[in-house]
Amino acid sequence: MGYPQPSHERETPVLSKYFGDRDATSLDGWRKRGGYEGLRKALSMTPAEIVDIVKTSGLRGRGGAGFPTGIKWSFMKPGDGKPHYLCCNADESEPGTFKDREIMRWTPHALVEGCALGAYAIGAETAYVYIRGEFTEPLARMRQAVREAYDAGILGTNSMGTGKRIDVIIHKGAGAYICGEETAMMNSIEGRRGNPRIKPPFPAVSGVFAQPTTINNVETLAAVPHILVQGADWYKAMSLSSPKSTGSKLFSVCGNIARPGNYEVTLGFPFKDFLYDLCGGPLPGRTLKAVVPGGISVPIQTMEEAEASKMDYEGFIEQGSMLGSGGVIVFDDQQNMVKQIARAARFFAHESCGQCTQCREGTAWTTRIMERIRDGEGTHEDLDTLFSIADNMTATTICVLSDSCAVPVMSGIRKFRSEFEALIKKPKFHPVTAAVA
Amino acid sequence: MTAAIHEHETPYQPVFVGDRRKELDALFPLYPTKMACILPALWMVQEDRGWVSDAAMAEVAQVLELTAAYVKGVVTFYTMYNQHPVGKYLIQVCTTTPCNICGAEDVVSAFMEHTGCTDLGITSADGRFTIIEVECLGACGFATPVMINEDVVESVTAARVPGILAGLK
Repeated sequence: MGYPQPSHERETPVLSKYFGDRDATSLDGWRKRGGYEGLRKALSMTPAEIVDIVKTSGLRGRGGAGFPTGIKWSFMKPGDGKPHYLCCNADESEPGTFKDREIMRWTPHALVEGCALGAYAIGAETAYVYIRGEFTEPLARMRQAVREAYDAGILGTNSMGTGKRIDVIIHKGAGAYICGEETAMMNSIEGRRGNPRIKPPFPAVSGVFAQPTTINNVETLAAVPHILVQGADWYKAMSLSSPKSTGSKLFSVCGNIARPGNYEVTLGFPFKDFLYDLCGGPLPGRTLKAVVPGGISVPIQTMEEAEASKMDYEGFIEQGSMLGSGGVIVFDDQQNMVKQIARAARFFAHESCGQCTQCREGTAWTTRIMERIRDGEGTHEDLDTLFSIADNMTATTICVLSDSCAVPVMSGIRKFRSEFEALIKKPKFHPVTAAVA
Repeated sequence: MTAAIHEHETPYQPVFVGDRRKELDALFPLYPTKMACILPALWMVQEDRGWVSDAAMAEVAQVLELTAAYVKGVVTFYTMYNQHPVGKYLIQVCTTTPCNICGAEDVVSAFMEHTGCTDLGITSADGRFTIIEVECLGACGFATPVMINEDVVESVTAARVPGILAGLK
């Protein structure tokens, strides 16, 4: 449902069905709603069978990259004699995204169940749930849910009476966007600065504590018990456009929109209907100008592109952007794109871990130029410089934070160039003509 | 513990004694290394003291068998550990893009005006308030979210600020 808005008939509430229902947060309440049946079923199967079901369902990572979950799980080699780990990425901090927050606030047991199930499927006895430090309420709910699950014998040395050991441990972050990057998160869990690591080795080979590790997003793990209970075919059938994008997905909507909140729709849903019908369109007297459909790291769309988009992994790429984390940021005609892109650049400059030169210098330099243009001090050469810096920041660093800063800047200049030029009052300097004159 | 020389609160009283020590010891079996307990240990320090001093970092280093320099390296990476004392109420206003387009800057101005804070990060003269801008709090649909100590207040507008502050008195 569209928490905090009332549910819309065109939504597909699977994960969000009990958002806003305080009773669903307790273990008893969750069991009454069918909770832990997916885990029960999973524990009666072999890990390989579970991985196959998840593969068949077509579930893809909901954190941003969209990697097929079953395939990721299949990288974990059973019986290698090493401890395996599951890390749940609950460091949700991509601007525009607030879906994992609501999953943990309203249905913490859904995530506990998903973590236990995922851990069993990859041959892990320990799952770390890395929750960002600012999420005080989700942290409290998750800690309560984990405690209840241990007391009820769902977690611990004899999970649901099967003799299998599954531990779920809540790890509280301390304020760092970059810790949402999976290798940075592993460093952070190990008690280090949250600097991303060079890949390879990939986490499935050498992850947290140098052991085979799988990292999954909150929403991904919360979806798995539903797939176990209702079947891979049921999940696979939920697809309105590309067959490579299956299931339901939570979209967080914010910015200049009539009804902000979380909405859950079947992948492939028309974005135009989503924005105008479900979310209520623009605020009274205003018109929409631009949309960022998947968190601030994905390219900005014009309304023409947005209205032509299908809401799935392929659909947003076709219209010049990406599904990302599903964080929809809406800008209306009252907003100056230069100011907002400058603010986005400042965010990345603040969050750069500083390991790679291109990112450390590039994000700060981009911010200085963007703010100069915003303040009416820019030159036409600045736009060329921004492109040049952005080019140097793309695909040159350990992680993609650097690329993420370049993306809104490049797409912003390309699509809203007139707004930049309107702020640049100084004429372009032509050395030759100047000399002749 | 030479760091204590530079300490405001001298002599330094250790955090990890009694129940806190037991709480920390209970964490060790959850991780394969003691070092992994550094974030939780620093949180305990901050819960008890309100900030993480150099002396506290030295203590964390001692209990986790690390060096004080290493601990400081970790502390300075993460924005939520206060490296200086803050006001009774630490007010963190999200001003990242999604909140920015919903008027977050006005919310910051309203907090400054009504608390007497002269600058971001500078505690008010009465010691009650410290205001900082924070990057994305992950509650963008409830713009503008404001974190006041451990609580997140949703959908704050400039007009709501005096009422929110009145509730803190």
